[in-house]
Amino acid sequence: MAIEKHHTPMIDQLESGPWPSFITGIKRMRDEHPDGRINEVVNDLLGQLEHSYETRKGYWKGGTVSVYGYGGGIIPRFSEVAKAFPKSKEFHTIRVQPPAGNHYTTGMLRQLADSWEKFGSGLVTFHGQTGNIMFIGTDTQRTQDFFDDINDYGWDLGGAGPCVRTAMSCVGAARCEMSCVNEQKAHRLLVNNFTDDVHRPALPYKFKFKVSGCGNDCQNAIERADFAVIGTWRDDMKVDQEEFKKYVAEKGRQHVMDNIITRCPTQALALNDDDSLKVNNRDCVRCMHCLNVVPKALHPGDDKGVTICIGGKRTLKIGDLMGTVVVPFKKLETEEDWESLVEMAEEIIEFWAENALEHERCGEMIERIGLVNFLEGIGIEPDANMVNEPRQSSYVRMDGWDEAAEAYFARKAEA
Amino acid sequence: MMAKEMREPIETGCPDAFQYMHPVMRKNYGMWKFHEHPRPGVLRHVAYSGDEIWTVRAGTQRILDLYTLRKLCDIGDQFADGFVHFTIRSNIEYMVADGSKVDGLIKAIEDAGFIVGGTKNSVTMISHTQGWLHCDIPGTDASGVVKSMMDELIDEFRECNMPNRVHITTSCCQINCGGQGDIAINVQHTKPPKINHDLVGNICERPSVVARCPVAAIRPAMVNGKPSLEVDEKKCICCGACFPPCPPMQINDAEHTKLAIWVGGNHSNARGKPTFQKLVAAGIPNNPPRWPEATALVKRILKAYKEGARDWERVGEWVERIGWSRFFEEVELPFTKYHIDNWRGARKSFNASNHIRF
Repeated sequence: MAIEKHHTPMIDQLESGPWPSFITGIKRMRDEHPDGRINEVVNDLLGQLEHSYETRKGYWKGGTVSVYGYGGGIIPRFSEVAKAFPKSKEFHTIRVQPPAGNHYTTGMLRQLADSWEKFGSGLVTFHGQTGNIMFIGTDTQRTQDFFDDINDYGWDLGGAGPCVRTAMSCVGAARCEMSCVNEQKAHRLLVNNFTDDVHRPALPYKFKFKVSGCGNDCQNAIERADFAVIGTWRDDMKVDQEEFKKYVAEKGRQHVMDNIITRCPTQALALNDDDSLKVNNRDCVRCMHCLNVVPKALHPGDDKGVTICIGGKRTLKIGDLMGTVVVPFKKLETEEDWESLVEMAEEIIEFWAENALEHERCGEMIERIGLVNFLEGIGIEPDANMVNEPRQSSYVRMDGWDEAAEAYFARKAEA
Repeated sequence: MMAKEMREPIETGCPDAFQYMHPVMRKNYGMWKFHEHPRPGVLRHVAYSGDEIWTVRAGTQRILDLYTLRKLCDIGDQFADGFVHFTIRSNIEYMVADGSKVDGLIKAIEDAGFIVGGTKNSVTMISHTQGWLHCDIPGTDASGVVKSMMDELIDEFRECNMPNRVHITTSCCQINCGGQGDIAINVQHTKPPKINHDLVGNICERPSVVARCPVAAIRPAMVNGKPSLEVDEKKCICCGACFPPCPPMQINDAEHTKLAIWVGGNHSNARGKPTFQKLVAAGIPNNPPRWPEATALVKRILKAYKEGARDWERVGEWVERIGWSRFFEEVELPFTKYHIDNWRGARKSFNASNHIRF
């Protein structure tokens, strides 16, 4: 049966131009897909979208939808203009956790597509900003059906609401010479340890893990994760002098001075008379710039590990926060190392869950109670790498100074 | 009809990626030696074993329909042994172990209507939020803004002519889910929420709405004999955070919802520490379906950056070097009282020196 298509002059204009058009794709689901249910749902979706374009307002509201046994993982959407567009009146998104590092086989993608064809609108995004595969648009009953289907062959929901969220990790060791950590192991170990907290929202607000293999932070962990794991190293960076000299010969000394030597943020580099590179490793902060410029010649050292930054987040509600260094360096080699990483995450989430206000991210809590109280709460000693500079304000009570100094020297002696 | 018998979910969590990883990447995991950038959109990684993997990156419409997803799979089956990878900016990547396959792969991707590029010093795919297609508080669309903008920035995606990479983001409200960007196009609400007092008492959990306000501008009130909420409009910063837990506090407005542009956000540690984006322009019309004003401004900023920045300088580093006063001159934008921060810690952004550029 032919459907009556909504007139969509505004969004039709998004079909022109050279970049692939999502409107053209959605229209194909309306016009060419053999399933009448999908045609109708997508037709009304397009109608509502056109209505938004005309009136410059959104018309979705949230609600409560989940699957049996879970409390979250679905983004419920109910239309406020369902009278005009009844077939898409329920249009929930199902968040599905991708494999660490976002690797797929086409076979799996086709399997997921087949399930979504049976139960959904046929629209999907790889990936949402939190890192989930977003299956966009189905009703409450089919949400359960779709989940049962994909859960049978190995897929699970991600987080939505006040819970541990789906994690993200960069491509890292799978393809990148800068990788300083097994990103996939860190990603899966951390998030899968909290599976219950992913599926049953009971925390003050969201909590995100992200893993980047080096300071380039391709995963944007420092800005977007409550718990950012960022790879680094602590011995000397590796220099292949012959490769470096080749680069100088190819590009010229001036180019090397302008783009490598003077761009080093701590002036740890110098160009030797024979065109080899001199590195003062004591001053190097592993910023990655020179390695990025000459990836053939410069590499991370062998004593690899991670820096852990806590409390990064987006704007709501006290403004964007970067993660703060809480662990300057941690080896992740032995099973004990890995276990202690997970234990630290447990400690932090537990402390935050007990002390945060409702709807307060971990970074906001740290800002409210102070970094020192947070460190004491999770049992981590202060370290000069945690700050850009020591305190400036003289209004502080310091009657515990002597004990603190003694403890510092005792820790140093132990290390 | 019998109710469907429910079963407990199988809580597998995040799947192991090794089973889905290209065999050459699996074999050389953690043992890569270096990479090169043979041409825009293509990377060549070489492992210590001597193995190579060639990656071809392509931009898509991000909101994929099943036809498009299957088309992407067909290309993967034909050229890349059935393996694909997605980047954080929703580009698809095909990996091949044999460099001679690259040309055919690129042709197949382009013939299918996707855009090869997004590597090295390009303007990469705009990361964005859900917008009117699915979000519950969007002041604008996101997919539409991005489609319109990428139509005009397509050559910058295909080529690598910028001083360094440029990450553009869009967010359809000030909560800024789209993220920090070298250039960020975000919705800016400019009026306090309009309250439908008849609905507040029934729909909203009032204490949690009060708690949500970052400036304590919301308080409980009785209006027309019904429990409701009121907003101190002088305090209100129009962030919209009250709207999700309380839809009768309508923040979106056809006329007063505007776009604003921010620059200099960068999450990499390379050279300098990561930075947040700063406001440069506001009051830009939220003008569907093509948002021409916003795109024109983004192009103006990109042009000035391309002409003025040195190699490897990100947008924020370029501005730091030339100074904000000259930036505003270069892009011919007004500097107003709204550019001066009034949030906590704002003093750190004031110039306490006589470092002045004339």
